[in-house]
Amino acid sequence: MNNRHLYWLAGVLAAIAFAIFGYKVLILKFPVTPDRLATAWRIEARIDFNAHGGPVLGEFLLPRSTTTRPVFNEAFVSGPYGIATRDAGDNRAAVFSIAEATGPQTLFYRATLELAPATETPAPSPTPSLNRVPMNEAELAAARALLVKLRPRAAGISTLMGLLITNLRNAQPGDEASLLLGNSRSTRRIVDTAIKVLRQGGIPARRVNGFALAEDRRQIGVAHWIEVYVEDRWLPFQATDGAAGVPPRHFPWWRGEQNSVTITGADRPHITYSVSMAHQFALRAALERSRTIGVNLTDFSLFGLPFQTQQVYRILLVVPVGIFLLVLLRNVVGLRTFGTFMPVLIAMAFRETHLIWGITLFSIVVFLGISVRFYLEHLKLLLVPRLAAIVIVVIGVMALLSVISFKLGFMGGLSVALFPIVILTMTIERMTVVWDERGAMEAITQAAGSLVVAIFCYLLMNAQIVGHLAFVFPELLLVLLAGILLLGRYSGYRLTELGRFRVLAGKDPQ
Amino acid sequence: MIGLARRLREAGVLGLNRRNAEYTLLYNQRRLYPLVDDKLQTKKLALAAGIAVPDLYGVIEVQREVRNLPRIIAGHDAFVVKPAQGSGGKGILVLEKGPRGLYRKPNGSFMSEAELAYHTGNILSGIYSLGGQPDKVLIEYRVNFDPIFARIAYQGVPDIRIISFLGVPVMAMVRLPTRQSGGKANLHQGAIGAGVDLATGRTLTAVWGNGVVDTHPDTLNPVTGVEIPHWPTLLDHAARAWELTGLGYQGIDIVLDRDLGPLILELNARPGLNIQIANRAGLGLRLEKVKASRDGLKTVEDRIAFARENFAAA
Repeated sequence: MNNRHLYWLAGVLAAIAFAIFGYKVLILKFPVTPDRLATAWRIEARIDFNAHGGPVLGEFLLPRSTTTRPVFNEAFVSGPYGIATRDAGDNRAAVFSIAEATGPQTLFYRATLELAPATETPAPSPTPSLNRVPMNEAELAAARALLVKLRPRAAGISTLMGLLITNLRNAQPGDEASLLLGNSRSTRRIVDTAIKVLRQGGIPARRVNGFALAEDRRQIGVAHWIEVYVEDRWLPFQATDGAAGVPPRHFPWWRGEQNSVTITGADRPHITYSVSMAHQFALRAALERSRTIGVNLTDFSLFGLPFQTQQVYRILLVVPVGIFLLVLLRNVVGLRTFGTFMPVLIAMAFRETHLIWGITLFSIVVFLGISVRFYLEHLKLLLVPRLAAIVIVVIGVMALLSVISFKLGFMGGLSVALFPIVILTMTIERMTVVWDERGAMEAITQAAGSLVVAIFCYLLMNAQIVGHLAFVFPELLLVLLAGILLLGRYSGYRLTELGRFRVLAGKDPQ
Repeated sequence: MIGLARRLREAGVLGLNRRNAEYTLLYNQRRLYPLVDDKLQTKKLALAAGIAVPDLYGVIEVQREVRNLPRIIAGHDAFVVKPAQGSGGKGILVLEKGPRGLYRKPNGSFMSEAELAYHTGNILSGIYSLGGQPDKVLIEYRVNFDPIFARIAYQGVPDIRIISFLGVPVMAMVRLPTRQSGGKANLHQGAIGAGVDLATGRTLTAVWGNGVVDTHPDTLNPVTGVEIPHWPTLLDHAARAWELTGLGYQGIDIVLDRDLGPLILELNARPGLNIQIANRAGLGLRLEKVKASRDGLKTVEDRIAFARENFAAA
């Protein structure tokens, strides 16, 4: 067997990769390291609805661009829909319409945002009208009683907000706060109730709806807080404790008590928002530079994909890095693991659960799974039904862990749901077979080995620089491919074999 | 560590990567694997070539046939149940009929009819087969091993593994079951491996676990210097295996029966590397030697003579 062909192939692959990489780094000046000062965020809203067959007219509220919170690179992906933006009171709105549409429809809105500095003073705005929310008599009495109780104790609007929110948060059955809140204790309900009470007391207040721009997330929930009109400007207050200011790292999207989308001619729309750290200024500049040169890399790169898809690729593109490490550990070091790629999949789950929780949850699930598997051994079940039974047990154990840890207040336990169930089941089954055939020590050693490999994979795959390089320079995958091809013909010793064959080396005096 | 790797290379020790990349991948064609991975096919091939194998009592192919088990073993006092596509000795049961319809294992413990049926079902669903695909169950003759081994094997059936490359036997060892291996002749599971001098058929030093031993840990009899009977026949079988399957690099597992002489148990397309430890010698140099003179080795006799001449113990 001639390896020249392989060396050529690997060489060509690596050369192509480095050529593209070099061009992007040297000519287009793509940043090689992730920028630490990233303050821009890309946000994408996806609106899904089911059209009834006639004309559809809808309105989607958009963030307003201000000097402290610029919104740029706005784009709609709306297919055949006509789009126009207009001013809608406190908000900006996109009006979308079509003469006829049937069935599932999807619209995208994308924009890049920047967070305002923590200490900002809102700009003055004209006095709003005080729209008192209609209340029934009991509610009216409760709202008044609450104001009478709190007002004398408050030195100003800040303390009043603090008292009001704390009162609502700690509502006891039978008191005024509880009557006003009704059954719900959600943040949104607290915000709306506080607004009702404030307006009743003659203080203009409104709800702010926005997002926490904390990390890369594929589906984020809407956060709510309150703005109160004091003197000539709207001052923000947090809905957690009534403290002044916008909640940390939150971006206001729209204001008011309405939903962000209103639509006629279709079912209730479903909106999902995703957010990620936008690829920094250096990178944006690089993309723009490439556009002026005439190479439109944005359109023909991962940056041109819809945002949710980009998020998926951010995860997928680091998988080859983990796999490369796995090949090294198995074929060069000689570690043995349960299932060829199982550690990489576990490492992917660790991304969400984080390391300590990941290891704890993995151990608990595998331990309980094995106990049940040993019990099932007595029932003498056939293989496939037995595996099916273990799948169900694994899912049950995961659900139970989530419930228990949530009740105990460990949020980390919730992420157990992200473990690959089938992979865990196969691990449990293989582990019991090894346990039977080769003893408990061997089974535990192999399980621990798999876990150690998974931890290494996680640490590598989760390194910021690795994620950055894989996503910004996907051509580097070809280098990994070339490396793996070469490893495919690596015929040297595995590290563990050095120990295994030690007796054959040297000592023999021949 | 680099020094250790260099010394191993100089001693011609074959690593897993090199065995795969330079021998099994190059000399063993994928399409031929089923011939050895499926023991039923191996049996047929061997019989067609006039090589003796343990007598096949019956085959169970689907779950429903498990109930035929009593009929298959009727009239046989002892028998072996094994997966047709098992690897590394996994899933093999050596049983003797005992009292009250129970079956006795080599270690003296008993197994019920229901447990045997469960084990058979497990084999059928493929937990012991190489790729996890559904498998067949073979029920065959239990070897009455040659008395020569009674002194140096603890329960179970000792067997002889010969590695043959391009039809030339290159290395051999005897695998002796121990109490630890539960009567199985598998080094992974704790059996002893003793190297064999290819020229004379006499055992050399033996390894157990990772250490060298001179005596059997359970019977305390010496395991070195034992002369293996029928040695020329064994070498002949090993040399012929190439024509039998077409696999260039293979392991031949043979048992010696008291009455029937050498029987081929199975052939292996990816034989393990522990044989090097048992022989205290590397395979790599021997394989290279065969490769260099392969053109001159036309007949089975040539190849055996070459092996006896070149691979005698120092």
